[in-house]
Amino acid sequence: MKAVISVTGKDSVGIIHKVSEICAKYGVNIAEISQSVLQDFFAMIMVVDIAALTIPFGSFVDEMTALGKANALEIHTMHEDIFNAMHRI
Amino acid sequence: MHNRHEIHETIRMIRDENLDIRTVTMGISLYDCVSDDADRLSLNVYDKITKTAEGLCKTAEEIEKEYGIPIINKRVSVTPISMIAGAIPPHRMADLARTMDKAASTLGINFIGGYSALVQKGATRAAEALIDSIPEALAETERVCSSVNLASTKAGINMDMVAKMGHIIRETALRTAERDSIGCAKLVVFANVPDDNPFMAGAFHGVGEGETVINVGVSGPGVVAAAIKEAGNCDFSTLAETIKKTAFKITRMGQLVASEASRRLGVPFGIVDLSLAPTPAVGDSVARILENMGLERCGGHGTTAALALLNDAVKKGGVMASSHVGGLSGAFIPVSEDEGMIEAVATGALSIEKLEAMTAVCSVGLDMIAVPGDTPADILSAIIADELSIGVANTKTTAVRVIPAIGKTVGDTVAFGGLLGDAPVMPLSPYSPAAFIGRGGRIPAPIHSLKN
Repeated sequence: MKAVISVTGKDSVGIIHKVSEICAKYGVNIAEISQSVLQDFFAMIMVVDIAALTIPFGSFVDEMTALGKANALEIHTMHEDIFNAMHRI
Repeated sequence: MHNRHEIHETIRMIRDENLDIRTVTMGISLYDCVSDDADRLSLNVYDKITKTAEGLCKTAEEIEKEYGIPIINKRVSVTPISMIAGAIPPHRMADLARTMDKAASTLGINFIGGYSALVQKGATRAAEALIDSIPEALAETERVCSSVNLASTKAGINMDMVAKMGHIIRETALRTAERDSIGCAKLVVFANVPDDNPFMAGAFHGVGEGETVINVGVSGPGVVAAAIKEAGNCDFSTLAETIKKTAFKITRMGQLVASEASRRLGVPFGIVDLSLAPTPAVGDSVARILENMGLERCGGHGTTAALALLNDAVKKGGVMASSHVGGLSGAFIPVSEDEGMIEAVATGALSIEKLEAMTAVCSVGLDMIAVPGDTPADILSAIIADELSIGVANTKTTAVRVIPAIGKTVGDTVAFGGLLGDAPVMPLSPYSPAAFIGRGGRIPAPIHSLKN
């Protein structure tokens, strides 16, 4: 089971560290990272494996959203199924 | 795995283009609640609704969080109340509306549908009693929605009941006059009403449905409008393809949510309703889609053709994305609930006559239209008869949800707020249909109803 974490906002030191810290804390393995900085704008898409997640997925979403709010970033954490439904037949 | 473009597209649709699941509606049969004791019947109805839909809001909220897709409304529809209330005294009918209201409040849902009667051919005593009680029911409840099916392609149009509904709508408006006649925003009359519509105010749990069912209504006018804008100055085939692809993606999301809700609640999946349901929010308008197609203003010449193309492409795109499609499925054109429609009416670009023409090619009908408060009942009935004729003759669903704005006239606005929005009062033809409406009886079913 996978999920997609997307992070956008003003670039600053340690964004990836903060996101991956929460992933590690709850047993979430990072499968793929695609990240870019255009001028000051930070954008990252992270595909993570949530098979060994130690808390309910809903709570993990809350943690990530809270992290985004605390750091003026927009963080969306969504189950992979939504992308499968929309883009794969 | 998914590429960046796909991931960005999904996130953009939800974040910037107002893509959402408009409603997850649980249909509940109330047949087993029947009693000839009005108190007992109310108690049974309350218990059945609150027990069956207990987990609805919580489950929908979980799905919303996990998939990151907003689910705007959680709702319940029930067996048409007139079908379970045949043995109670007519004056106790509205008690059932109060019971539904209480159950909806307990569940935390914003609307409950099914204070309804099906009288396309004739009215039972209970159906008449229910219709008579609609003004009281809607004046004294907050969340109850009422609907009456007055016509079908098979049965024709029950003009006795059409005449009656003109008076009922007026009385409902009068009884909620201090709140801009909001009662009428929760009352809709139909031709060819679907049994599995998840959208209010017309939702009820149809007679051929099972014990419980989950129906989901998708939305996404903003997504379609954005896709058309991006497609630029293309020809009509490309335009239709663009809409189809977008409708497919939107509907797949509806199907996912419907299957998940069905699985988690242990309730069978019914249908996905592939409607483009607008809201008063900017960027969530069906009128703006038509304008993005190249019309200067929704309501001008060309609007009916644009809407027909849109409606057809939405269905073609959506139908492959879902295992079962039903309900109203198409583009909604409510006036008060669509920011672009409101502006078109306010600037004089969109008239009620044009709206009527538009309803011939889309779902559903004359929807959320405010008319002068002194409009007589027979004119309201004649508006209904016209609209239902379009449905009966074209074997499609049509409906009327019209609001006589008591104390207001052309140039004024009614303001409901929230999803119901605001509506400028529209002018009507002043010529009287009284003698026509007064004839009574039934308009026979059209010849093409004889398909056997």
